[in-house]
Amino acid sequence: MLKIGVLALQGAVREHIAAIEESGAEAVAVKRVEELISLDGLVIPGGESTAMRRLIDKYSFLEPLKEFAQNKPVFGTCAGLILMAKRIQGQDTAHLELIDMTVERNAFGRQVDSFEADLMIHGVGEDFTGVFIRAPFIVEVGPEVEILSKHNDRIVAAKQGHFLCAAFHPELTDDYRLHQFFVKMVQSAKEVVA
Amino acid sequence: MLKTGTERVKRGMAEMQKGGVIMDVVNAEQARIAEAAGAVAVMALERVPSDIRAAGGVARMADPTITEEVLNAVSIPVMAKARIGHIVEARVLEAMGVDYIDESEVLTPADEVFHLLKSDYTVPFVCGARDLGEASRRIAEGASMLRTKGEPGTGNIVEAVRHMRMIQGQIRKVVAMSEDELMTEAKNLGAPFEILLQIKKAGKLPVVNFAAGGIATPADAALMMELGADGVFVGSGIFKSENPEKFARAIVEATTHYQDYKLIAELSKGLGTAMKGIDISTLAHGERMQERGW
Repeated sequence: MLKIGVLALQGAVREHIAAIEESGAEAVAVKRVEELISLDGLVIPGGESTAMRRLIDKYSFLEPLKEFAQNKPVFGTCAGLILMAKRIQGQDTAHLELIDMTVERNAFGRQVDSFEADLMIHGVGEDFTGVFIRAPFIVEVGPEVEILSKHNDRIVAAKQGHFLCAAFHPELTDDYRLHQFFVKMVQSAKEVVA
Repeated sequence: MLKTGTERVKRGMAEMQKGGVIMDVVNAEQARIAEAAGAVAVMALERVPSDIRAAGGVARMADPTITEEVLNAVSIPVMAKARIGHIVEARVLEAMGVDYIDESEVLTPADEVFHLLKSDYTVPFVCGARDLGEASRRIAEGASMLRTKGEPGTGNIVEAVRHMRMIQGQIRKVVAMSEDELMTEAKNLGAPFEILLQIKKAGKLPVVNFAAGGIATPADAALMMELGADGVFVGSGIFKSENPEKFARAIVEATTHYQDYKLIAELSKGLGTAMKGIDISTLAHGERMQERGW
């Protein structure tokens, strides 16, 4: 069975684990670098990106995560999407720099502006409830990046090779289609290696 | 269709804070220190609970200048406290764009009978609870997040432990009960039946439950996580310590790695003196903040 980790330094870990299990893969919480070794893919959950980055640095996760991402699929939601971006608006530095895109943090406003909206996600389906919580959005993407979903002309989900990201929280709904989509990505990546 | 202020959006915001530390701050500088140390949110206050305790008198919502200063200083969520039942303080904080409101017993209650109808607001609320009855009443009123009351501003963890153990034990009991016993349990706890039914079916509270009130060391934070807290609030502990920056970082790491005891030993070295602390039995009933709220 495929084994997918959820980076568990901080944030909505339990919900992702449940969603991965519902999508037919084994899910484990990852708190230490050595736990990355046995994984076929990794989810970086929502949470506070500044808090997560500090813990990533503190426990020397940055380089091991980049190395892991060279040939294993990674899926980031909300804060996870921010960590995966090559460029962050208003900041000189980014984090894992996996996806060729520029993102803006808290781009829809403060918590009172947080919202739910129905989305169409290419390759996944229609009527997907996007839960946006102090969410970022993708300002622009490079040529290698496939735009999967837009909300009011703003890019909210994208894919580049074996990387997937969403500005919203699929783990807060019981619609597992996006997690199933990621599990398939992990499956094909594993077949290629084999 | 775009919907704001839904139950999922309000509760979801608290879900994102899990495994994290929310720190009390009284100005922009403290807020920046907290953010840099890895806090997942800050609570903007005029005075931390131990100073409120020392000052006496009526404690109210903070001066909006302070809240605004903190809102502008950091990118992490900012919470602020309103008095229990004070509809206007809560509306003012919502209008200012605060990310979460704490309807808090740390401030002097404005209403000694009724809490806020929190489901009426777009902004989410956190409330304190000592047992499952209180927790369920707050959820039914629309609280999107809970925390133990503990005994704020004392640096003494004993009350937070009592409240967390009480709630966890009562949840286990409700889950184990048969459904036909639930109405009497609801009556005994003073809890809405529908909320108990939800807890029974899900096997857990429908909202996140943090620990608060008396956390003074990294080991205290880890203890509360061990007892089942989803995260911790640290009030007076951080900025009343000798080295707030180091202290804040240590609490954050101890919360993430709460079962890594060697690490907690390392983190606890050379932090300087923690808050002196107060023995709860020396507090008269009128001085116990946890007894505020109904």
